Amino acid sequence: MSSTDQAKGSRAFYSNVRSSLQETEKVNRRDMLGLFMPMIRDAAVNEFGGFEELRRHVKNIKQHSLDNLYHYLSQFVEEAKSNGNHVHFAQDSSEMNSIVLDICQQHDARRVIKGKSMVTEETHLLPHLQSAGLEVVETDLGEYIIQQAGESPSHIVGPALHKSVDEIRELFMRKHQLGERELEGPAEMVAEARTVLREHFLKADVGIIGSNALIAESGYSMLVTNEGNGDLCANLPKVLIICTTMDRVVPRANDAMALLRLLVRSATGQPVTCYTSFYSGPRQGEDTDGPIETHIVLLDNKRSDILDSDYREMLQCIRCAACLNHCPIYIGAGGHAYGSVYMGPMGSVLTPLLTSLEESNALPNACTACGRCAEVCPASIPLPDLLRDLRHDETRAKLSPTRWRVGMKIHAWLLSHPWLYHKLTALGIPALGWLGRKKGSFKSLVLANGWTDERDFPAPQGRTFMQQYQSQRDDNEDAG
Amino acid sequence: MRAGNQHPPQDAPRFQVALYVTCLVDLFRPSVAFDTIQLLEQAGCEVTVPTLQTCCGQPTYNTGDYESTIPLARQLIEAFEFADYVVVPSGSCAGMISHHYPKLLQDEWRERALALAAKTFELTTFLSDIAKIEKAPGDTAPLPSVTYHDSCAGLRELGVKAQPRALLKELCNLEVSELGQTEVCCGFGGTFCAKMPELSGKMASDKLDSALATGAKVLAGGDMGCLMNIAGRAKRLGKNIEVRHIAELLAGDLDGPAIGEGKQ
Repeated sequence: MSSTDQAKGSRAFYSNVRSSLQETEKVNRRDMLGLFMPMIRDAAVNEFGGFEELRRHVKNIKQHSLDNLYHYLSQFVEEAKSNGNHVHFAQDSSEMNSIVLDICQQHDARRVIKGKSMVTEETHLLPHLQSAGLEVVETDLGEYIIQQAGESPSHIVGPALHKSVDEIRELFMRKHQLGERELEGPAEMVAEARTVLREHFLKADVGIIGSNALIAESGYSMLVTNEGNGDLCANLPKVLIICTTMDRVVPRANDAMALLRLLVRSATGQPVTCYTSFYSGPRQGEDTDGPIETHIVLLDNKRSDILDSDYREMLQCIRCAACLNHCPIYIGAGGHAYGSVYMGPMGSVLTPLLTSLEESNALPNACTACGRCAEVCPASIPLPDLLRDLRHDETRAKLSPTRWRVGMKIHAWLLSHPWLYHKLTALGIPALGWLGRKKGSFKSLVLANGWTDERDFPAPQGRTFMQQYQSQRDDNEDAG
Repeated sequence: MRAGNQHPPQDAPRFQVALYVTCLVDLFRPSVAFDTIQLLEQAGCEVTVPTLQTCCGQPTYNTGDYESTIPLARQLIEAFEFADYVVVPSGSCAGMISHHYPKLLQDEWRERALALAAKTFELTTFLSDIAKIEKAPGDTAPLPSVTYHDSCAGLRELGVKAQPRALLKELCNLEVSELGQTEVCCGFGGTFCAKMPELSGKMASDKLDSALATGAKVLAGGDMGCLMNIAGRAKRLGKNIEVRHIAELLAGDLDGPAIGEGKQ
């Protein structure tokens, strides 16, 4: 089964993982990613020096912004409007999609170009616009590739990281009018995509982009890209629509810059992205270029609920994907296995909060609590704690398998009766040790099939420590 | 049997230590607890083993059953709060006590958890940083080449990284052959390994491949859960590497079978 066929909905995570582990070539490619991305991130962080200090600073900024979200949001909206922007609020995905479609239709738009935006992935904006008859083209190279392939992003920063150069070449050979050209190597493939995309940029009626930060003091929106496609989407068409969420807001330009320094190093190991742009609003007076009309659509989609919940720290996320790159579960499973828009540790927290725990309770269990994500998270989000808290919610809502829940209760009950526990283990453990004394481990064991599916179960040495220690003490007392 | 009292300290004990054996060592590898006692006594500690100890509650806690974990946390606090120092031959159990109990409990119990956290140490940290052990308890026979698995909880919650390496160097004159991607999880993760066996197995295989690439004869570590996972995977795949707890190496206790190995 290829990644594109993987079942949607995160409950399918278990079966998706089994499938994705069968694809040896892709597993190897992900392993390389898991080796390479942490290396370049570490190099960038070490070269920078003051990363930890800046991390604390950015955490303060994000927490302060969230604590005073409605204040800074109002300020942002006021400033953005005075710069000539139209500002819209969308309660949920369908409202954002309707607002964007309405704007397109008011301008009789037929062609739309899009920059990379996880928010529009979240609302499934693209199919919504397409079903209304609009031609929509993704212009970020990775997004363009997966759009051509009819797939979804496997990574929030590098959406097409799951595809090999050969696969992309074959895709272009199939989808583009190449004539005799063979597309030798990545450089020719990039040039080909650029040529095709240029036509789309020049013909588009509406451009849609996302935002990395909304600056309250000026009403500006910051966007980082490495390809410059965001600027072309923003500046060539008559109409610009920025689709983003309310938790992107920070008080000042300086705060956005602090965030930028962490974001880029954490995401790609670069000191700064190739393009960092600030969009103020429509062209003014003497301006000779820029959009004539600009809209900012602020999506809530449960962020208000998250803000008022114990999971508020998740809103500090700056979408750098460092947690994905450092997570052995993500690297092992691959992004598509999650069956959700967001993946990896941040996705395993966010998906149940944006959808429901009922439909996505597998994801918070996809965690060994190794803590590597929290260690590298530039926004200091305690991801393993939040995942454990979601498992707590899962347990309380009785969504986890009954045998686990009941098993844990019995386990805990026995452990809270030390005398009985030691008596029982003193009977069972030596017996188990005796059974396993020759081979030293078991190929299968009752009640341990999850363990023995993949590994042998090491046998006990014999009598328990407490048993031996107790008899030693008894001997000493007798001798004394 | 190696009883701890074979090596009486020269002077009056410098530290009163209560040993939290941990459930996996108690049940599966008691020799690690005896090795631990030997090491602590060598370092000038008087060791007591409170008998009301069972499990620290990690399985229930990490599964999300906080309610069942609270009585276990309180039970452990009551059994150990008398001690000057609590020493644990496991980074994850020590991390559970010092890092997670204060988050789990409230009010008076939280205060008691914090007090216990302040005097609870993972074994290698205690030996290296607090007791400053200078000499191995036994005659150190030449040891096999060794690689070291940094268990995640010890590494990230407690900063256990330099201590086991320093002890192997100072007590056993042994240089660790480092694993590639040594900071990546082995795939144990408590109940994770049973909930998602395929992913867990893949991670354990990756860890084994890194270990075999070092050419070391022994993979050592400080957490029985991870070691049982790695040893069990090695047995299943027929990979040839001895898996042992760090206390076994430091105490020179290498005659018995390694984890998962039979008595042949």
